[in-house]
Amino acid sequence: MSSTQSLGTATEVVKAATRRPSRIGRMIRRPLPAMGAVLLLILISVSIGAPWITAQDPFDMNVVDRLQPPNETYFFGTDAFGRDIFTRTLYGGRVSLIIGVSVAVTSTVIGLIIGIIAGYFRMADAILMRIMDGLMAIPGILLAIGLMSLTRASIWVVIIAITIPEVPRVVRLVRSVVLTVREQVYIQAAGAIGTRFPRLMLKHILPNTFAPLIVQATYIAASAVLIESYLSFLGVGTPPEIPSWGNIIAEGRLYVQIAFWNILFPSIFLALMVLSINILGDGLRDMLDPRLARRI
Amino acid sequence: MEGEAVLLVEGLRTEFSTGDGPPAVAVQDLSFHVNRGETLCIVGESGCGKSLTALSVLRLLPRPYGRIGAGRVLLDGRNLVDLPEPEIRAIRGRAVSMIFQEPMTSLNPVLNIGRQIAETVMVHEGLPWPACMDRALEMLRLVRIPEPERRLHEYPHQLSGGMRQRVMIAMALACRPRVLLADEPTTALDVTIQAQILDLIRDLQRETGTAVVLITHDLGVVAEMADRVLVMYAGSKVEEGTAEEIFDAPSHPYTRGLMGAMPHLGGGHGTRLNEIPGVVPALTARPSGCAFAPRCSLATDKCRSEAPGLNNIGGSHLIACWEVNGGLPT
Amino acid sequence: MNTQSSILDVEDLVKHYSVGGGFFGYGRQQLKAVDRISFHIGERETLGLVGESGCGKSTVGKAVLRLVEPTAGRVALQGEEITGLDAASLLQRRKRMQVIFQDPYSSLNPRMTAGDIVQEPLINFGIGNRAEQQERVAALFARVGLRPDQRVNYPHEFSGGQRQRLGIARALALGPSLIIGDEPVSALDVSVQAQVINLMMELQQEFGLSYLFIAHDLGVVEHISHRVAVMYLGKIVEIAPREALFKAPRHPYTEALLAAVPVAHPRARRPRVVLKGDVPSPISPPPGCRFHTRCPIAVPRCRQEEPQMVIDAAGHGVACHLRVTPA
Repeated sequence: MSSTQSLGTATEVVKAATRRPSRIGRMIRRPLPAMGAVLLLILISVSIGAPWITAQDPFDMNVVDRLQPPNETYFFGTDAFGRDIFTRTLYGGRVSLIIGVSVAVTSTVIGLIIGIIAGYFRMADAILMRIMDGLMAIPGILLAIGLMSLTRASIWVVIIAITIPEVPRVVRLVRSVVLTVREQVYIQAAGAIGTRFPRLMLKHILPNTFAPLIVQATYIAASAVLIESYLSFLGVGTPPEIPSWGNIIAEGRLYVQIAFWNILFPSIFLALMVLSINILGDGLRDMLDPRLARRI
Repeated sequence: MEGEAVLLVEGLRTEFSTGDGPPAVAVQDLSFHVNRGETLCIVGESGCGKSLTALSVLRLLPRPYGRIGAGRVLLDGRNLVDLPEPEIRAIRGRAVSMIFQEPMTSLNPVLNIGRQIAETVMVHEGLPWPACMDRALEMLRLVRIPEPERRLHEYPHQLSGGMRQRVMIAMALACRPRVLLADEPTTALDVTIQAQILDLIRDLQRETGTAVVLITHDLGVVAEMADRVLVMYAGSKVEEGTAEEIFDAPSHPYTRGLMGAMPHLGGGHGTRLNEIPGVVPALTARPSGCAFAPRCSLATDKCRSEAPGLNNIGGSHLIACWEVNGGLPT
Repeated sequence: MNTQSSILDVEDLVKHYSVGGGFFGYGRQQLKAVDRISFHIGERETLGLVGESGCGKSTVGKAVLRLVEPTAGRVALQGEEITGLDAASLLQRRKRMQVIFQDPYSSLNPRMTAGDIVQEPLINFGIGNRAEQQERVAALFARVGLRPDQRVNYPHEFSGGQRQRLGIARALALGPSLIIGDEPVSALDVSVQAQVINLMMELQQEFGLSYLFIAHDLGVVEHISHRVAVMYLGKIVEIAPREALFKAPRHPYTEALLAAVPVAHPRARRPRVVLKGDVPSPISPPPGCRFHTRCPIAVPRCRQEEPQMVIDAAGHGVACHLRVTPA
């Protein structure tokens, strides 16, 4: 065994010898990803549990109480129409969650399918990748604006508009994994023992994509939440009657000098959600990738 | 024996820290020497610690895990273990050089060959650059690379495996070292190229008088190259002697096992090769007593509880075994 | 060439790769990895295929199995030609020819358990029900020297030698007649190598297997083979029964190879003629006889004309203008 191999073995063995706690245990030990996960859980819970946390109605207008600063009745103050910012912020979280999860799931599934076809079938690869390159060249927000102006505003359109530019990145990721795995000797071995394409794909190739896909999905979710807020701020996102953080900020924009709490609290929540998702994604990547690299 | 020893290693102990537990010992109480102009072959299989021994001599162990726990490494009387970092750096590549198994990863792919060799000279001898490049050309000629002037400006990927290994040798010998550590230099090469490289090392040694420590798992290479042989197993020396002593009368059960397991030309066809049952123990799971006992057909309770010391069984032939003594295997 | 009891017949096998080339493939070159190889393997016979890097021996193994598609030539398994078969028919023939790979680390799917790996061929061909398959897997494990309770372990929990045994068990699962070993012991330590070689020889006796044993270590090849073929740059330069090849080699390259093998004892050291130079690139092999650039006895004819393989009555074949088999 050469020195480089010898070093590798010695270090590996030492690492294995140190009693390593389980994956979950390791995760609990490292504060940052754990904090991210906890924070995200809190945000999710308050968003889903909004009706139980606050008795107020996000659509309820009390013009008498408009533009009040935070007080005991209205924790985050009120907006120009007298609506409770606290309630609207919590309900706004739901929109972000729906968008984040939907975009992540949709783009991942579509990207997975296209990526596998591109990675495995050389003929399709060239055509598909050029299409993906074309899609990537279009700025996501402009694409969204374009789509929105063609159709009626609704959450579905927002989801589609944000998903389309995210798909090429997933395709690239999946394709690169498939291209790498295809060359592995055990894939040739599977051919020699008569494994047909469906089983080869499901049992041998696909499982290698899960780890990087999960990590990528978290980043997409964070990105989707942000993009939705940009779109809503610009007025081409979530319909204005549905409270989303972007909408709230957009409406509060006019009053920032006299009632800054209109944009302060939604912004904080937006930042916290994106931050927590990103930290969680980093933690997942650290947890999953070294194992990936070691196994392959 | 000490008369002309260029490199003397005494009681070397290389360990790896494992966090909370006791450190894992990779090389255990190893002592050996190499004389001027002599080739010592350290032979063993994966995990026996032979590569780590060479790395320990030059203090190239991976930080922070690896460290030298005990022992001395004397180069012309100076102990390398205690030297401060700047001084050991002055030794590496100058007084003691090392070549590795994979020449592609040991050479910088973005610098041309001439530059890499010249750099060694410049760092150690401080000559002006043109003089360094001249030396580089001289070294390429020494290692018999065809068209050396052209090769000076080529990059590693343009050379074949055998040529890259010659370049490594050129780099290693550029500053006329006293000792050359060669860690499996021909394992990755084809057999005809291996023959060329081994012949080259032998010729260069004769010309320059450099002491060579050749680390390998191939007993054939040992038979070709060694003046003296050191057999390692699980971090310890189990047998040592001149090449003839070892091949005429391999005594330690592990050495005999190795020799019996290697198919060589002219050996009996279709006969069963001698198998050594079991596997090499893991770094952290070394058995107490003799490390080879779990796999040894001669093992007794004493072997399993107490690690044997080195006994002389004639001439300079040493073995570490309770059961085999006086050169007469039981 | 006696084809009556041949398990494998290979005739003029060719495999070319297109490499390089820039924009839209302009300037592509042909890498002639295998250039008209012919040989046969009989029942219970091991043919050793030796050569150095770049000679194409691994490609031969893959092309015979049609893991890569041959560019030209015929391969016949037990008398039946398999080179022209469509995918479905080829699949059925796969039961009779299997392969063991060199790298015990990358030839096993790291995410499957050992038992699943060995069971997969049985699942693919629907052999037996679940219970019967499990039994067969357990029996295979025991036969190759692994404990049946290790079926639940993952490859990374096994040593290199044990993983190679797993590969052997997987190859045996379908009961093949021919197993192609693509450098099966090259990546193993000496003592482990001995275990695997012994195992392969036992299995050959027990199951009547034929082997195409591809390797670069001449000592190992001499030990396990009945006949040996020597390859250089995509061509077979010499093919002969084992003893004839090692005791009385005819081709200069075979002689050089044998001379380059390290001795077995220090006293056996002798000055030797070491082959000079490096192996030429298979993209543009030398004209005429491919070996002439390094051959100590080359004459002008060697540069102009490619030598044909001539096999004598004893089955000893050489492709050389100067060392032609005596008539």
